[in-house]
Amino acid sequence: MKTILEGSQACAEAVRLARVQVVSAYPITPQTHIVEELAKFCSDGSLNGRFLCVESEHSAMAAVIGAAAGGVRTFTASSSQGLALMHEMLHWAAGGRLPIVMAEVNRALGPGWNLWADQTDSLAQRDTGWIQLYCADGQEVLDTTLQAYRLAEAVNLPVMVILDAFFLSHTWEPVDLPAQEEVDQFLPPYAPRFRMDTDHPQSLHGVAPIGVYMEMRRSMQLAMEAVPELLERIEEEFFARFGRRYGPVEPYLCDDADVILVTSGTAAGTARVVVDQLRAEGQKAGLLRIRMFRPFPVRSVHEVLKSALKVAVLDRNCSFGAGGIFASELRSALQGGNPVPVYSYIAGLGGRDITVETIRDCFALTRGTDRPAIESVWLGVKEELLK
Amino acid sequence: MDKFSVFSSRLVDKSENFTSGHRACQGCAEALAVRHVMKALGRDTIVAMATGCMEIISSPLPLTSWKVPWIHNAFENPSAVISRCESGMKAMMRKGKIPQKKINFVAMGGDGATADIGMGPLSGALERGHDMVYVCYDNEAYMNTGVQRSSSTPWGASTMTTPGASWKRTQKKNIVEIMAAHRIPYTATANIAFPEDLERKLRKARSIRSGLRFIHLFASCPTGWGFAPADAIKISRMAVLSRAFPLYEVEEGERYTINSGGDAPVYDYLRMQNRFRRLSDGDIAMIQEHVNREWERLNRKARG
Repeated sequence: MKTILEGSQACAEAVRLARVQVVSAYPITPQTHIVEELAKFCSDGSLNGRFLCVESEHSAMAAVIGAAAGGVRTFTASSSQGLALMHEMLHWAAGGRLPIVMAEVNRALGPGWNLWADQTDSLAQRDTGWIQLYCADGQEVLDTTLQAYRLAEAVNLPVMVILDAFFLSHTWEPVDLPAQEEVDQFLPPYAPRFRMDTDHPQSLHGVAPIGVYMEMRRSMQLAMEAVPELLERIEEEFFARFGRRYGPVEPYLCDDADVILVTSGTAAGTARVVVDQLRAEGQKAGLLRIRMFRPFPVRSVHEVLKSALKVAVLDRNCSFGAGGIFASELRSALQGGNPVPVYSYIAGLGGRDITVETIRDCFALTRGTDRPAIESVWLGVKEELLK
Repeated sequence: MDKFSVFSSRLVDKSENFTSGHRACQGCAEALAVRHVMKALGRDTIVAMATGCMEIISSPLPLTSWKVPWIHNAFENPSAVISRCESGMKAMMRKGKIPQKKINFVAMGGDGATADIGMGPLSGALERGHDMVYVCYDNEAYMNTGVQRSSSTPWGASTMTTPGASWKRTQKKNIVEIMAAHRIPYTATANIAFPEDLERKLRKARSIRSGLRFIHLFASCPTGWGFAPADAIKISRMAVLSRAFPLYEVEEGERYTINSGGDAPVYDYLRMQNRFRRLSDGDIAMIQEHVNREWERLNRKARG
């Protein structure tokens, strides 16, 4: 059924359709619409689950860890400072091999208190052992959230479904809302591999001496390595049932492109418009949207970028002292394969618009420069404010 | 032979849900307390434990001392973890996904985990009114990391972060009063030197099926306090008899019942421990005054 939903509502609808039993969250803008919607579902009975308001994000994640260890399908959502406060528990959820799904609404970190879109918050969590999926529109948020449960429960790793603040979380779009019966067939009830059970007591998350810790971490890495193939299989099934698929990366007109722009999130929608413009002007431009950041889709990017002459990466984030994070990940992924030069651009931090002009600049600068600069190039910075 | 039946060892439950073979120090009153707590709680119990001595000593993979489901979840949040475990599993029972069963949902933490870093999550769980028991093992400092002061360290004690003559010059945080102020159904202090009282309180906490029940358990620590392992129980008993750690219960945050007596000088209790050895007789007199004042205050509350 097609309906008009806000990005946040698309996420909440997916959680309802996934028959999540426990939701725990703490309010932070711009995540609030998701959890408010879920609180409503829990109270009007359209979601037969429990909604727990806790006293901090740290406790929100701890609480869903407790529920997941009890064998329950769980959900939480956060943003920015809240995600940063959760950091310790993010490691815990992954190390505990609990298939928790959370929505993370990308928002800038303070100070320089800012409520708007910026990916540095979620990318700062890239080493926590969470699968990270970056969405571009409301439909994808809904679909990805459903897929996330399948994925998480298959590999026993938690999944972060990531939406840009406001550009996606607060934007109303037509969304195809699947029927509950269809979703039930795609996503059966959670069958935990282990859970707290007084008849079969187990000790969880205890001391791991030197003799076993490394093997536990190796098994997490192996689980991560299994994700690309598994996601493909899950998406096949999803496609057969719902007629939509996204892939770990989404190429657009890349086959014959000489310059390919790599980006993620909602900026990809604008980039697509620019690629169409450039194509009409006779340029062989292409777009590669990275949807899955963890595990990083090394094989897919190799495949898509194999015949490009130049690659431009547009990052809405910054690792200070290193530059754009997608760019540095892409550079390391391309090592040993395609020696295509990678041009790194940073734009749109703290919610500044990434416009058609911004993206045209990326293409023009990349085309007009022989070799990429060592540092990331910042676009749209008001130099007069830096004096 | 009849006489023997009154001995504590004959009165306590024979089941062992926290087993031997763990790695606690010799004379660890806390490990002994956990053992008795687990006897009183029984097998239908799920424990979420904060980081701390008890977690470290009881869980090195592939070993465990726990005969019940047990989860360690960092330092500050056993109350958050068990609160959601409780809600989630009860939801599953309600839906018939798992069998209906009365389960004791129990969070455990040391004084640091309870009175310092985990205070927020604990207060949150109290306010939400989960059906759970929280047991705080109070050995009056961060023992697991090597004896650093906590907010539960008493005035006058030397620790590694209040070393030697720079002993702690602030009072011990009164966690029981903080709990009682939340108007929870049951708050009690307990001490391993009085095992029948301890188990009775745990059984009472277990039998109440709504709201959080809080047990503040005194746990003497030979390593951190500086006394011979053989004296762990003697010192624990002296803490009660000197009124430094009175045994009492608070129901609904209002009805106080005192369960201990004794009027031993606090001097005798303090002089048994190295951590107080820098104190002058004058300092100890000040502690005695403080203890007297607190005892009076407690008695006033008990009289209503």
